[in-house]
Amino acid sequence: MTDDKIKLTLDGKPVSVAKGATLLEAAREAGVDIPLICYHEATSPNGLCRVCVVDVDGGRVLQPACVAECGADTQVETRNERVERSRRTILEMLNASVNLEQAPEIQDMIADYSADDERFPDARRRESEVIDDNPFYVRDYEQCVLCWRCVQVCAEDAQFTFALTLKNRGHETSVATAFDISMTDSPCVFCGQCVGVCPTGALKPKVEWGIEQGWSDEELRRQTRRKRKKDNG
Amino acid sequence: MIAGHDIDALLEAYRGRGREALLPALWDAQRAHGHISPENVHRISHVLRVPEADIYGVIGFYTLFHEEPTGRRIIRVCADPTCALVGADEVLHGLHDRLGLSGDGTTADGEYTVEHSPCLGMCDYAPAALVSERGEDDIALPKATVDDLLGIWNGAYFTPAGDDESVLLDPSLDAAPQTLSAYGDYRALRRAIFDLSPEEVIATVEASGLIGRGGAAFPTGLKWKFTRGAAGDVKYVVCNADESEPGTFKDRVLMEHRPHLLLEGIALGAYAVGTGKAIIFVRGEYPKATAILGSAIQEAEAAGVLGAGIMGSEFSLDIDIRRGAGAYICGEETALFEAIEGKRGFPRMKPPYPTTFGLFGKPTAVNNVETLCAIPGIVRQGADWFKGFGTAESSGTKLVSVSGHVGRPGVYEIQPGITLRRFLDDYCGGVVGELRTVLMGGAAGTFLLPHEIDVPLTFEDLRAAGSTFGSGAIMVFNDSTDLRDLLRRLGLFFQHESCGKCFPCQLGTQRQVEILERLEAPRAGDRERLHDIGLTMSEASICGLGHTAALAVLSALEKFPELFDAEE
Repeated sequence: MTDDKIKLTLDGKPVSVAKGATLLEAAREAGVDIPLICYHEATSPNGLCRVCVVDVDGGRVLQPACVAECGADTQVETRNERVERSRRTILEMLNASVNLEQAPEIQDMIADYSADDERFPDARRRESEVIDDNPFYVRDYEQCVLCWRCVQVCAEDAQFTFALTLKNRGHETSVATAFDISMTDSPCVFCGQCVGVCPTGALKPKVEWGIEQGWSDEELRRQTRRKRKKDNG
Repeated sequence: MIAGHDIDALLEAYRGRGREALLPALWDAQRAHGHISPENVHRISHVLRVPEADIYGVIGFYTLFHEEPTGRRIIRVCADPTCALVGADEVLHGLHDRLGLSGDGTTADGEYTVEHSPCLGMCDYAPAALVSERGEDDIALPKATVDDLLGIWNGAYFTPAGDDESVLLDPSLDAAPQTLSAYGDYRALRRAIFDLSPEEVIATVEASGLIGRGGAAFPTGLKWKFTRGAAGDVKYVVCNADESEPGTFKDRVLMEHRPHLLLEGIALGAYAVGTGKAIIFVRGEYPKATAILGSAIQEAEAAGVLGAGIMGSEFSLDIDIRRGAGAYICGEETALFEAIEGKRGFPRMKPPYPTTFGLFGKPTAVNNVETLCAIPGIVRQGADWFKGFGTAESSGTKLVSVSGHVGRPGVYEIQPGITLRRFLDDYCGGVVGELRTVLMGGAAGTFLLPHEIDVPLTFEDLRAAGSTFGSGAIMVFNDSTDLRDLLRRLGLFFQHESCGKCFPCQLGTQRQVEILERLEAPRAGDRERLHDIGLTMSEASICGLGHTAALAVLSALEKFPELFDAEE
């Protein structure tokens, strides 16, 4: 069965993986940690965040470990100067646009890569009001990193509901419903999967948000679905 | 063109089709109503069976589509570097003043919408504008003035083209597109169908050394060989006519003047890779080229040189035209496929490559307009004939688009090997004023200083000089040019055109322009910031747009370091 195995060198150590394995899988096999933001086991990988990039054979461009397949006899460096510069700069640029306070995993990366909080002064932040339009969850797109996971689970990765889309493009991209209608007017079935896969505080259960706002128990009941159920019952 | 404003009547034509018909359906709705309303999205959703949220996302991706009501006449004025040199900002401000607008927007009476636009591919007729009159075909307007744009215009223009040594261009061309009878009876296609196997056509193209003219310089014959060899019964040839690189307009000139040369090239490609289906994806800013190609296809089908059973043979070819809707990224081949499929134009991850997994997931040969236009000559006259032009590594003739401070901006056909200096003097009427720099390869190009313009114009020499031929854009700037303003406009272009998919480009194009906008008074550390942003985009982005979005800035850091000096 040796034909189905691929041998490569990862950070100087020989690694053997199944043919078709990603560089991320090879790194895990070798016990090497690769930072990840957009990647999630339950969603189709799109290679968006690029903090997982690694250097393969000193190639012109770096490779996203989450999706790039291992090549036979390649030399992979997971944390050299080029890799560090890209990861650090991406984190610094992201931090300048997005509120990452409630993204502990990204905060750990910022510390690990010595990303400077103040690297991009006067940067345009993606600012928006918290959208509180249903009894189940709130949306705070200031905290959205555009990992696409919510859009994906709402569509073909899980629920096939298609309530969400990406709006505009480039830095002005945001997650939205069609014509920004409220979630209750959208096809949303409130399955909650989007909240479950959100890596930051952008999507949050209403109760959790209410507690953060200092709502009383009565207010929490009034604002969330539990109260309505009781009324109907 | 479909007349009438009733959306249900318009959508009847799309019944039974799916998502791939989304961009055409949106164009019909936009044309009839000036924007695409929630009601119309609802109806399109039902006919094409596409979720409303997805349609909304598509509308927002393409800048020529509007979700909000617009004026009866939408006027878009190019604000990119070469149009800016000749007063595009003054035209825009003049429009605002005359219409009582404080900036881009729609007049209160609903008559006019004024917008600035990325490059319209009319750099030889700067300043350029694109005008949409409700219910009418769009019109690209050369050398636009405020009076033209508010009145009735004569949109005629003609790019002088070719000389006795031209192959792609033709000195006998005039303002009208070349007819089939003037072009001739698709002799190369006849030769291929009756005398050559597809493999022999591919071998000839390989032997010619033809490399792609869209910017990536990939060997055309090899691309066709891979596509032909790929498993699968359904394959496509796609012509990439989404020419959107600022400073590049050669493909527009080819389509407007020599439509049959392109169609014959496409037919030869289809014969070679083994398909009866080809699609031309034309950028939305080229309404004239789109109309000319449409007429030429009809003309060729009527003459039996395209369509079913071409020239009485077994070979049939159906060529469709798809109109883009304002997105530079769709010149990236996989983003172009997504647009044809009715999606947001996001580039895909590669591998898999188009030759095995292209349009609709099928093996696809995607080629630039100029590349395909080189094919008929190669098939008719042989690989050696083609190699008689240019150099060993840059065989054949090459079109270049020249704009900015030269005596005669335009499209020229050159033999690679001529130096940039001689080209500017002999072909373009020389530099107007004192040369400051040449931006070689377009917005995603690099700067050459006056002492560097003895470089021969070949793929290999420019690469060795740390520059790029790219798609053949040459933008010339004299010493009156405000280089900071030039860099700012390049930065704005990429910020506007980044698709937003990958973090390095989505964030990097924004962070980059923020710094380029303060070059009058840079902050300490801006040089290092631009360097890190540039290398991160170049090395970590998904696609060619991100990989090259900082090339000009990185080049300026090297060639014009004084522009970035912070006052301490």
